[in-house]
Amino acid sequence: MSEDVVIRLENVTKSYRLGSVAKAGVKDLVLHLPTHLRERRRQRLFEALRDVSFEVARGECLGIIGRNGSGKSTTLGLIAGVLRPSAGRIETHGRICPLLELGAGFHFELTGTENIVLNGILLGMTRREIDERMAEIVAFSGLGDFVHRPVRVYSAGMVARLGFAVAVHLDPDILLVDEVLAVGDLAFQGKCLERMEGFRASGTTMVFVSHSLGDVERICDRVAFLDAGRLLDLGEPRTVISAYKDHLRRRNLRERS
Amino acid sequence: MKSPTLAYYRDLMLVLLAKEFKVRYKNTLLGYAWSLVHPLLFAGVFFLVFRVLMRVETEAPYVLFLITALFPWQWFANSVNAANFFFLANSSLIKKVRFPREFLVFAGVLNDLVHFVISIPVIVVFLLWFGYRPSVHWVWQVPVLVAVQFFITQGLALIVATSNLFFRDLERLTGIFMLLWFYLTPVIYPRGLLVEKGCTWMLYANPMASLIVCWREVFLNGTLPPLMLGAAAGFGLVTFLVGRALYRSLEWRFAEIV
Repeated sequence: MSEDVVIRLENVTKSYRLGSVAKAGVKDLVLHLPTHLRERRRQRLFEALRDVSFEVARGECLGIIGRNGSGKSTTLGLIAGVLRPSAGRIETHGRICPLLELGAGFHFELTGTENIVLNGILLGMTRREIDERMAEIVAFSGLGDFVHRPVRVYSAGMVARLGFAVAVHLDPDILLVDEVLAVGDLAFQGKCLERMEGFRASGTTMVFVSHSLGDVERICDRVAFLDAGRLLDLGEPRTVISAYKDHLRRRNLRERS
Repeated sequence: MKSPTLAYYRDLMLVLLAKEFKVRYKNTLLGYAWSLVHPLLFAGVFFLVFRVLMRVETEAPYVLFLITALFPWQWFANSVNAANFFFLANSSLIKKVRFPREFLVFAGVLNDLVHFVISIPVIVVFLLWFGYRPSVHWVWQVPVLVAVQFFITQGLALIVATSNLFFRDLERLTGIFMLLWFYLTPVIYPRGLLVEKGCTWMLYANPMASLIVCWREVFLNGTLPPLMLGAAAGFGLVTFLVGRALYRSLEWRFAEIV
């Protein structure tokens, strides 16, 4: 792997087993054991990703677009290392930080500062790193004295600001952003985008999943277009985005006729 | 990729433990007192039923006999029951972030351990009240038993926490199972009762039975029966290894199913 490639997917396929016994429970399993055994044999696999290969260079921002269920989040999960590919290889270099959906991983009974520590440590910072950045994080969040009150009393916007403040101070090598900008008001979205451009300027590698094609075009160096788990197109943002739009248009026409 | 250091794991454990603690005590004025009231209320009920009404005969005063076993049991039972939610309650993180998830279980078990440790003074007060004296041997006996019980509890908690992701109704079964287990373990009745009925094997077949007998011997007499300790330690090791193996083999699927 060359020095400059920090994420590499090689012929990655990810399939999930459909109709798994998970969530159905023990009772269901025991009561319907014969059915389960029979079905397990001819259980179909759902391929969320099929034979996908790409590389992301250091400091590059890759956008991933596609319809719902096209495999975007699966791709991020694989890069983050929370999912394991069914086939193929994935290599990553450096500290990976997912930008969580806002408020995920927060405990609403704890105060803002306590949550900063909790979230920071789960995202891979040591206690010392967090303490060093605490003042900065609090300042960035703009929460003032509210950081000493339980998150339960925060407004949704305040929770969002706190989460974002922690995430952007993680100092990651690779930042994974999954559609988090959809929540929050316009001012907040603007601030997030600004910060992401700052990341890009400072050489942080980013993978950005979004339905907001304008943002993708503004931030990304290259864009990957996924459809039904396949990588249909990868390249310069403008070209790929227009290919995606064409695809959507053709699809709509087909569905109408 | 920079691998996490020992310092990171220590921090992670401390932060998660502190979180468990704060969450439990937020909004409760009673705080520490509350964590003692709960087991004492249980002890009160058992005292009423088994001593006053059913007149179970024990070598030591029944209250002492009861709490020296009940308090450690509650550490075990609380952790295993709570284990159902250790992973489930953090599903949004598990889906996105790669961190050592077994620390969620670890912190939960440690949290209940801390509550057990801070309830030991209550045991001491009762001992003194009835004219018993704490033994100097506790200095090593208590840590040894804490370690053995930790391995049993952590192992079983890992099994429960992992399995509950795959079978979501496990939490109901766990409650019933733990209740059954409680009555099969000589907590509220003396082990002599099992021996009398020709069920001595139940003391060795049940990891918690041998452990509870040890706790009681330590607190009341300052002695640690080696055979019982050996049985408990063996079970502890096996449970821990099985729990860890199960967790290790299924951990990669957590993000898919939570």
